[in-house]
Amino acid sequence: MKARRGISSLSRERWRRFKANRRGYVSLWIFLALFGASLFAELLANDLPLLVVYEGRLYFPVVSRYSEKTFGGEFDTDADYRDPQVGTLIRAKGFMLWPPIRFSYGTINYDLPSPAPSPPTRANPLGTDDQGRDVLATIIYGFRISVLFGLTLTLLSSAVGVAAGAIQGYYGGKVDILGQRFIEVWSGMPTLFILIILSSVVQPNFWWLLLITLLFGWMNLVGVVRAEFLRARNFEYVLAARALGLKDSRIIFRHILPNALVATLTFMPFILCGSITTLTSLDFLGFGMPPGSPSLGDLLSQGKDNLQAPWLGVSAFVVLAGTLSLLVFVGEAVRDAFDPRRAS
Amino acid sequence: MSEVVGSPTNVPASGSLLSIRDLRIAFRRGTELREVVHGVDIDIGENETLALVGESGSGKTVTAQSILRLLPDSLAAYPAGRIEFKGHDTLKMDLPELRAIRGDEIGMIFQEPMSSLNPLHTVAKQLGETLFLHRGLSASAARPLSLEWLRRVGLSQPEKKLDSYPHQLSGGERQRVMIAMALANEPSLLIADEPTTALDVTIQAQILELLKELQRELGMAVLFITHNLEIVRRIADRVAVMHDGIVVETKGCAEIFAHPAHPYSKSLLDAEPKSESPEPDLSRPILLEAKEMRVWFPIQRGFMRKTTGYVKAVDGVDLSLRKGETLGIAGESGSGKTTLGKALLRLTASKGSILLEGDRIDALKAEELRLCRRRMQIIFQDPFGSLNPRMTVEDIIAEGLETHGVSDRAERGRIVADTMRDVGLDPEQALRYPHEYSGGQRQRIAIARALVLRPSLLILDEPTSSLDRTIQFQVIELLKELQGKYGLGYIFISHDLKVLKSICHELAIMKDGKIVESGPAARIFREPRHPYTQELLSTAFGLN
Repeated sequence: MKARRGISSLSRERWRRFKANRRGYVSLWIFLALFGASLFAELLANDLPLLVVYEGRLYFPVVSRYSEKTFGGEFDTDADYRDPQVGTLIRAKGFMLWPPIRFSYGTINYDLPSPAPSPPTRANPLGTDDQGRDVLATIIYGFRISVLFGLTLTLLSSAVGVAAGAIQGYYGGKVDILGQRFIEVWSGMPTLFILIILSSVVQPNFWWLLLITLLFGWMNLVGVVRAEFLRARNFEYVLAARALGLKDSRIIFRHILPNALVATLTFMPFILCGSITTLTSLDFLGFGMPPGSPSLGDLLSQGKDNLQAPWLGVSAFVVLAGTLSLLVFVGEAVRDAFDPRRAS
Repeated sequence: MSEVVGSPTNVPASGSLLSIRDLRIAFRRGTELREVVHGVDIDIGENETLALVGESGSGKTVTAQSILRLLPDSLAAYPAGRIEFKGHDTLKMDLPELRAIRGDEIGMIFQEPMSSLNPLHTVAKQLGETLFLHRGLSASAARPLSLEWLRRVGLSQPEKKLDSYPHQLSGGERQRVMIAMALANEPSLLIADEPTTALDVTIQAQILELLKELQRELGMAVLFITHNLEIVRRIADRVAVMHDGIVVETKGCAEIFAHPAHPYSKSLLDAEPKSESPEPDLSRPILLEAKEMRVWFPIQRGFMRKTTGYVKAVDGVDLSLRKGETLGIAGESGSGKTTLGKALLRLTASKGSILLEGDRIDALKAEELRLCRRRMQIIFQDPFGSLNPRMTVEDIIAEGLETHGVSDRAERGRIVADTMRDVGLDPEQALRYPHEYSGGQRQRIAIARALVLRPSLLILDEPTSSLDRTIQFQVIELLKELQGKYGLGYIFISHDLKVLKSICHELAIMKDGKIVESGPAARIFREPRHPYTQELLSTAFGLN
């Protein structure tokens, strides 16, 4: 549309500069592909077959549960498809289609060649942890939960941070001074101890962790956004908007916030990095997700406890380092794209 | 591109010091070249002052910078042409040769004295640097010479100024330091790129006087770039008029003012205001009356931020404006005129009473004030900064309507289209963004935004200062027309007395936060009473 060309040309120009940073551009696609794949982790690594054909009928164990009796077994319990007996029953009158990795993150492999943690084999390409669980499956599920946690925390903390920064910067004066002092005090609070206290009261889960880290992690963007608002509230078009009698909320959202968003977007990938690291370190210290959850931090801590089994620590390290590097590269490209000095 | 009338070159009487032939300059954008100067011929003789005149975007600054090849090679290219300085082509020189000329044989002064001095070094260090580079003088050897130069450019207390940092100097003093730096090596050519544009008129006159005197003393040639014709008339020997990247006419100074040949030169010279100030009509009702206006900014010192004094930006100002008339407020920068304008609209906290059409607005609460704002509007100096670059023109103009209760979209569109026609814009282009418009058109958009609310009072804060002269008077004409049509009351804040003369019924001269003289504009221009007013008028109108 002709009418929109002014802004869209700016966005196009930014996209062009983003793409010009090849490393960041490629990193973005790799990251999106990995994250996209991990969203379908249940189809990649599972202790349930994707499809069972039995007596000419189709069953989808990933979607719904079937009793062992369905396949001619003895008991009215959920079928354990990894049980050789169930396998034999099904194969007699049909077949099973397994995902590439036949373990979920919690599946214990009782059929190990050596005591757990056992080294990589054909069945467990990255070995197992100290309870006989497949490392590759843990990594796939752990990566997914880390990134989801990171994204949620980033979005929420940015929203809170931008709002706080906007209000302080726009109103200035007392609001600003009180807000700044509050943030100074608040950021001095020991997050870790509060988590330790919390974990003795409730069993921390995904949402509890998110809440606590959000409570103490929203200050990231306040400084930038506040500075941007302090600068922009004296712009002539903002003064003109005030002279027109516009409401404060409208001036903030319509006239100033778009300026602050550039700084915010530039920071986003780096905040995402930080959020992922936060969850991993909490898991590593044992104050994170409940036991039995797939977790990169937990895998790292197992690696530390089992130095004789390097596949634990090395796998977790490679995945974490890879993820964070990809995000930093993307962040650099975003920064290039929004850098006004490169805009010429 | 314009036609060239007669011979564009008109060679100087004395031998040619600098001769530019068929110079073309292009900017690189990716692999593309965009030509901005299309074959310029300029000659400057020794001891001669050539004024290069043109509006913004005509290519005069680019041409001047190309003489010393100051534009980075990654940005600019020279598809054709020669720039011969003393018989050597600067376009063909390598960097060491160029550096030997820069600041030694050719000195340069820039427009903005704030940013052309390094804020982190003292004057002594910056002056000493040019002396060290071209004459190998050590810091101690350069010091007496630097001091001598500060004295020559007329700085008071040169010993003290030598050890000052740029921020401790005023704008005029900084420009004097720049001149000292440019002249310290006694160049044979000085390029002065709008050296006085950022300065107040009284300072402007002093700087021009100084330049003229130094030129006589040192016997150098000056290439003077400006858009201000008063300055040209005062100092130039010959004038080259530039338009759209070519020189359309070059002539002796007196001759070009008497008989401009090229139509563009004519329009440039015609852009001077002719009209006399309109007489005030005492029978009109009072629109705005302000009494004892005060805006004091506290100076806070020490750990407990104790208030130790006040900066009195506006200090006890009384004024009144009748419906449909214009009150001009004149003064130099720092006189408090902009602060007064904002205080009248209650955009800045102030003391004193303000009556708008009989209603006290100085005591209104935030929400009442917000609703009252549709009766009083403001237009700012910079048409680039006062429009939100992310909004279309239609959204910009319609925003006030939306806030003040016109909720029907079609109705808003209709009013916006009417208003755009009122200010001379094409409503068909309502969906464009501000950056697609020129400065003058942007100022029209700003006027439309204010006008669409049908205010009774419009405060114009230097609305024409950042526009080219020809555009300035179009905007003034538009404002007059709108005043007649809608009976608007204007408060016109400006440092430009010529503009004020053509539009104001009443005039108030401000200095240091106080009004020193006020009354009917025609009377003040005819017989100024206060000495400061007389000084302002003589510098603004007395140049010819």
